[in-house]
Amino acid sequence: MRIRTAALIGLLLVLHLGLLLAGFVAPYSPIAQNRQLSYAPPTKLHFRDYTGWHLRPFVYEWMIAPDGYVEDQSRAYPVSLFVKGHSYKMLGLFDASLHLFGTTEPGKILLFGTDGFGRDEFSRVVYGGQISVAAGIVATLIALILGSTLGMIAGYYGRWLDEAVMGATELFLSLPWLYFLLGVRAFLPLHLSPLRTFFLLTCVVGLIGWAKPARLIRGLVLSIRSRNYVLAATGFGASNLYVVRRHIAPEVMGNLLTQAALLIPQYIAAEVTLSFFGLGVSEPLPSWGNMLSNLQQYSVLTSYRWLMAPAGALLITSVTYYLLADALHSRLKSRST
Amino acid sequence: MKRITHLTLLVCLLAGVCISGSSTTKPSVAGEEVQRMAALSGRSGGHLVIGQRAEPKTLNPVTATDAISREVSGRLMADLIEINRVTQQTEPALAKSWKVSTDGRTFTLQLRKGIRFSDGHPFDADDVVFSFKVYMDEEVGSPQRDLLIIDGNPITVTKLDQYTVRFTLARPYAAAERLFDGLAMLPKHLLEKPYREGRLAQTWPLNIAPAEIAGLGPFRLKEYLPGQRIVLERNPYYWKIDRDNQRLPYLDELVFLFVGSEDAQVMRFEAGETQVISRLSSDNYKLLSRNQERTRSQLVDMGPSLEYNFLVFNQNDLTSKKLDAIAHKQAWFRDIRFRQAVSAAVDRESIVRLVYGTRGAALWGNVGPGNKLWVNQGIAHPKRSLDSARQLLKSAGFSWNRTGELTDAAGQVVEFSIITSSSNTQRMKMATLLQEDLSQLGMQVHVVPLEFRAMIGRVFQSLDYEAAIMGLGGGDADPNPEMNVWTANGTSRLWNLNPSHPANGWEREIDELMQKQMVTLDYTKRKQLYDRVQQLIAENLPFIFLATPNILAGADAKVGNFRPAVLEPSTLWNADELYVRTPNAESAGAR
Repeated sequence: MRIRTAALIGLLLVLHLGLLLAGFVAPYSPIAQNRQLSYAPPTKLHFRDYTGWHLRPFVYEWMIAPDGYVEDQSRAYPVSLFVKGHSYKMLGLFDASLHLFGTTEPGKILLFGTDGFGRDEFSRVVYGGQISVAAGIVATLIALILGSTLGMIAGYYGRWLDEAVMGATELFLSLPWLYFLLGVRAFLPLHLSPLRTFFLLTCVVGLIGWAKPARLIRGLVLSIRSRNYVLAATGFGASNLYVVRRHIAPEVMGNLLTQAALLIPQYIAAEVTLSFFGLGVSEPLPSWGNMLSNLQQYSVLTSYRWLMAPAGALLITSVTYYLLADALHSRLKSRST
Repeated sequence: MKRITHLTLLVCLLAGVCISGSSTTKPSVAGEEVQRMAALSGRSGGHLVIGQRAEPKTLNPVTATDAISREVSGRLMADLIEINRVTQQTEPALAKSWKVSTDGRTFTLQLRKGIRFSDGHPFDADDVVFSFKVYMDEEVGSPQRDLLIIDGNPITVTKLDQYTVRFTLARPYAAAERLFDGLAMLPKHLLEKPYREGRLAQTWPLNIAPAEIAGLGPFRLKEYLPGQRIVLERNPYYWKIDRDNQRLPYLDELVFLFVGSEDAQVMRFEAGETQVISRLSSDNYKLLSRNQERTRSQLVDMGPSLEYNFLVFNQNDLTSKKLDAIAHKQAWFRDIRFRQAVSAAVDRESIVRLVYGTRGAALWGNVGPGNKLWVNQGIAHPKRSLDSARQLLKSAGFSWNRTGELTDAAGQVVEFSIITSSSNTQRMKMATLLQEDLSQLGMQVHVVPLEFRAMIGRVFQSLDYEAAIMGLGGGDADPNPEMNVWTANGTSRLWNLNPSHPANGWEREIDELMQKQMVTLDYTKRKQLYDRVQQLIAENLPFIFLATPNILAGADAKVGNFRPAVLEPSTLWNADELYVRTPNAESAGAR
């Protein structure tokens, strides 16, 4: 059990580190258009040519054919690790131009093919993940901090405070948030910078999402508060702060972690949904949602399957998080019994 | 709201059924002056199903503004004179002939004798006079009204005898007979009462009982199922016969299925549930042609349409609007060198390739290669040149800062947003390409997709936008419908809707030329005037023209006489001639 949790956490760490270092992992800029390579299929990695087998993989260039693309086998481009490419800001701080892998120009290595503008889909998935996953994590933090604080207050103090907070959670839970957001967007200025859009998105998702964790935490606090050892502590004159710190917070913590692992994929999906409907990050910046919105067109969906890559990335991330939540939950249960 | 109507009108001006081929009129069936289509043959019977993106809003041809309503109601109705969609020339319809006086102001139309509405009631000059009264009545609010008011004077319609009508215009009007296309003749016996009671605009909704609606078109209403379909059946009184004296239309029924979206239209067509599809995007055309063998369909690429897609900068007078941020940027937009630089930086070839999959044409003016009669071949087609764009910007006082951003003389970074309709994937793509093109000049361009109505509201009413990508045209090939866009009081003069200050040189010249061509009757002289207009537009770039899509349509292989056209409605204009081939005729493969 412990190994599984550690493996999952390790996998998530690798995933997030990859997204964090998007500039390094992605071979190309996510917004660079190659107008000669629109809807090019994924580049095939070759190990064998007419001279025999090679250890180092190589790729061929795509050549436009009457019905799509064919490989131009006249010249092979070897794939190498740690190559110099276009420059980017590493971690948004310092300039760098080193990439994890790449090939020599004019050869191109397009792992997931290209979109309608000839932009490298793999680079876009990596950069898009930055936005989508960060939105999920930040929104979760907002929701959990807000939710657990209010939930604890409501559960601990009870009475009218409890009623007020629980009334508010009901209000927020009943809100049709997608329509609510569509309405909110109509009042905002036409153009929002990507940073502001991102901020707005996460805030809105987090602010709407606090209600569920608040209810959970309140229920927990209510039950912990009436346990004998807590009652005993209060009887011996422990202050509220002491009780919360010593008895309630540790109990709640595990639940909060499980909640976080559950909420993050949900909120990533929320960002994807919003961007899908054009409410999130706008062109040319990628996010998994606005990339997937291309697939709304029947012709794209049926002709260019590789554009489903962001859905795959979303699936992998979500499943890993859910498995982690599951592992954490079982650990919590085994500890409490 | 009115302006929106005008725009829609311009885009979908033409609906109606036309005739084709050489035709002679002779009284045949019981004193009826039917029209004989000497070259036409087909097989009677069967039905065709057509997928529609949405339900029509009304069956009333007087108030129908959207393309879908006009496509359906046009099958029920007929006009006095019609434009043949293939030859783009006028041809007799309900009027078997017409005479124009030498001063070009009087039109005398001879109506067909003895023909009947789809309910069996006879049609004569009273119906014509009544119809024009309705179209010109301001209370009714028909979008066709503007076309019939020339210089503020409505056209006078006089009945000379039961089958002769005279139209008198306040002044000569070029190609005035083209106006009659799209003006469906209404049954006075059914509509006079609602008209007198002021209810005409509300009559003939979709759920009208079939007995209460009648027209002179090839079909009549059979049933309407809300949210599902509308079924039209053969009009037994239709006034056309074919080579073998068989009365048209060939089809027993025409079914319009409401499917919801373009994609759904394509899927239904692929599955064989519908037999005719029009307004195909190049992507879907490609998809269908890949499966052509399996779906057994005939697909037609008609070449460039008459629509023009363009980028427009907001040059409206905003002093009363409290839009200071935009007003400040208008100094750039009003500088012709700025607009020329933008135009020079646009990669039109990429737009045609990436947006239309090469099934389209690049544009440098408002008249594209699809309009062979009127296009000015002398307009230059300069290649994309970032160098000349930079030169132009430099000469206009722009410069580049250390990070490569373009700044104006006051040091403000050139940054603007382009709004476009989020439902139009093609214009969205154009916007993204433009964004990249212009970023190479150091301009920061943001693309803002808006819901169609919201975008129209900004462009026509609130004027709260900086630049927009839109499309116009696509109606008639004639220059007259373009009056709305280029004259000083035009309602679709998008770059500056209400010029309060006296228009500058070229704007005034365009205005004068457009007014002049409207009263010039000779084609060659008109063409000269309109050539000059096109040249002025291309030089001064009130719009930055981008590209036009090809007209793409398809039908099941067993649909006969399928002859799509560039003019709207591209596939159903000859619905009366369409027929379903028998299984053995199908293998012959004749189109």
